[in-house]
Amino acid sequence: MLDFITPFLVNSAVQAITPLLLAALAGTLCGRVGVFNMALEGQMLVGAFAAVVGSYATGSALGGIAAAMLATVAFSLILAYGVTVFRGDAVVICVGMNLLASGLTAYLLRQMFGVSGTFSDPAIVGLEKIRIAAINGWPVIGWIFSRQTALTWVAWILVAVVTVVMFRTPLGLRLRGVGEDPEAAETMGVDVTRYRIITVLVAGAIVGLAGAQLSLGTVSIFSEDMSAGRGWIAVVAVMLGRNHPLWAALACVLFGFADAFSVRLQGQGLPNQVTDVVPYVVTLVALVLTHTKRRRRQDPTITASP
Amino acid sequence: MMAGPAGVSPEVELEARGIVKRYGPLLANDRIDLVVARGEVHAVMGENGAGKSTLMSILYGLQQPDAGEIFLRGRKVEYRSALDAIAEGMGMVHQAFKLFNSLTVWENVVYGMEPSRSGFIDRRMAIARVGEIAARYRLAVDPTAVVGTLSVGVRQRVEILKALYRDARILILDEPTAVLTPQERDGLFDVIRHLAADGRTILFVTHKLHEVMTITGRVTVLRDGRVVERMATADTSPREIIRAMTGRAVNLKVEKSIAKPGAPVLVAEDLTVLSDDGRPLVDRASLSIRGGEIVGIAGVAGNGQTELIEALAGLRPPFRGRVSIAGQDVTAAGVDAHRVAGLAYIPEDRAVTGTARAASAADNLAMGFHRHPPLARHGLLDGRALTAGAKAMIARFGIKIGSEKLAVGTLSGGNLQKVVVARELTHRAPLLIAEQPTRGVDVGAIEFIHSELVAERDRGAAVLLVSAELSEILALADRILVMYEGRILAEVDAATATEEGLGLLMAGRVQEAA
Repeated sequence: MLDFITPFLVNSAVQAITPLLLAALAGTLCGRVGVFNMALEGQMLVGAFAAVVGSYATGSALGGIAAAMLATVAFSLILAYGVTVFRGDAVVICVGMNLLASGLTAYLLRQMFGVSGTFSDPAIVGLEKIRIAAINGWPVIGWIFSRQTALTWVAWILVAVVTVVMFRTPLGLRLRGVGEDPEAAETMGVDVTRYRIITVLVAGAIVGLAGAQLSLGTVSIFSEDMSAGRGWIAVVAVMLGRNHPLWAALACVLFGFADAFSVRLQGQGLPNQVTDVVPYVVTLVALVLTHTKRRRRQDPTITASP
Repeated sequence: MMAGPAGVSPEVELEARGIVKRYGPLLANDRIDLVVARGEVHAVMGENGAGKSTLMSILYGLQQPDAGEIFLRGRKVEYRSALDAIAEGMGMVHQAFKLFNSLTVWENVVYGMEPSRSGFIDRRMAIARVGEIAARYRLAVDPTAVVGTLSVGVRQRVEILKALYRDARILILDEPTAVLTPQERDGLFDVIRHLAADGRTILFVTHKLHEVMTITGRVTVLRDGRVVERMATADTSPREIIRAMTGRAVNLKVEKSIAKPGAPVLVAEDLTVLSDDGRPLVDRASLSIRGGEIVGIAGVAGNGQTELIEALAGLRPPFRGRVSIAGQDVTAAGVDAHRVAGLAYIPEDRAVTGTARAASAADNLAMGFHRHPPLARHGLLDGRALTAGAKAMIARFGIKIGSEKLAVGTLSGGNLQKVVVARELTHRAPLLIAEQPTRGVDVGAIEFIHSELVAERDRGAAVLLVSAELSEILALADRILVMYEGRILAEVDAATATEEGLGLLMAGRVQEAA
């Protein structure tokens, strides 16, 4: 069993975790201000597409990242204004955004590059894998930390940054309050609408990074619907983590390893229809387990003592 | 008690001149003048819809008046939002608390005005500051406690702390005692006295006459959006205030004849209700309520009254024991079976249990009775019967709503309570369980609801009344059951019961009460 844990498995798991992690971080940010962001899948797809376009047009991966962030922020305006100014239902808006992202990227793919399905071109510059010579050969440490993209580093740094901002700064306190009871926040002079819009847009930029990692991280291509459920898994991670960035990150690690593991099983000759199921089974099991545990813990009769 | 410096004209802290606020055709505030002296505890009274809430919203900057001016310490102020008012030293404790339950006390208090050091919240400073204010005004609160775990009385202190942290010079308390136990109320009054002695000014919005008499120095009475009376509390009487509020003399005493109890309608034997961790919340309670009598349940909140009623109404299955309504065993049955057997129920929480906020008044007035004729025919709702029934109830109970088609979510607390009471009393059920039926309702409506409860009794219904107001139980009940730690500790004949005796029983001190 242990021989499954190979350098490749660990390295590719860390890679696979990155987009999940970035998307889940964005999800926790939105969740903290009371916006249930179910559009991570669509946002990630838009980011992935824009990253390829940006990279192809500018000839640099950085251009791709910038394009991904810009496009996803613009796309997130729908959610940001939809749930605040237009008082729409977040679930409905997100479903719409996911469908729109899928159709729009496929359409643009055809219009801009004249291809359908997958677009690959030597002009697309992928993200560089940062090889840290000093630790490259080390077991585990080297597998984890060396030969990862800058975005993987950014993702983990963002986990720390978001956690600190959320729980140690005035801004974080305000965000948490906005999510828990917008009316109370409003009476304390906090502009709920503004906080929500800005948070959703910042989260959009972060999902943009997730998209860039997806299309420029391992392979430098864009294929239709290439987010392939990762956004949904990130949504689940947000729920499992109850909007706490560290717990959400932990859930992402679990899913990332499940994902890498399924690729590994494929190498063992199992049909990929079976191995592809692994991450989703893990997701379902985790969701059910934590949910039942949480329900048992909830005590409807808790009454405050005088 | 007269607050503030006695004698020669004290300094004016707050003055409102000619405040006008219109909502469509409704004139909520009609040229209201209000003068409040520094360090005064000033009562603002009036029935539901008299314009108190509108006036307070304007003074606190939540709404802007159509006309009129506000002066603070002689200087004219204009508010664009509550923030401006807060900056000018206004504070308000709303009836429904605006707190973050998952956050700590200090986080709630400093929210929006956090002390920080190099970008991070200065936690130690925040806790120290909150603790300091709490100690100064004797608000017993642990700054590091999570608000969600605190009792209602303590949460209210957190709200007061929030205002004081922002250095509120004038504090508006909107019906602050509606949710408090008598002990918590006395604690609040102590705090109010400290604040007034410190030169802070209190605007005390309430329905409760005895509280006005106890704690305030002056009273301004509103009716139909106008100021009808201004008086010094010392020079007035409850009767006079009521006359000013209602425009007529209201009967404070409930007129009722001697009960003529008939056959038992509600019988509970050996009823035990467990909490989820297995503690008995109701402990082997037995009771029998006969038709034609009102039985009151007295007790300090949290001694099992809520759970007992939930078990009797079918909302919570009992662990042990039996419940029957009109001879039918409904122990394990659901709410509908209880309703069919003859239950009408006015629940404690009108907003959550009592009504569906997004549904129309007509739907709310039909709920619970919608499966059976005359409201339903062949399994389908009869829209015309629904509308007609709703219109009749709105008229009879004086519910202030534009149309029966409007959602009840926008109604004020008192009006919402009338919706619940109207629904439950209209169907002439043999058993009526009324939990806090007059909580937050104005004096005129209290009188009306009380006479309706007595009328229910007189037509032969069995009435079980739970109330946090001992005076209400003493006025209405024929027999009184006292609950203590889940048990029915004693039964007292209402004719011989006294407030002191009941108080001792409620504290579990049977020997002393005997």
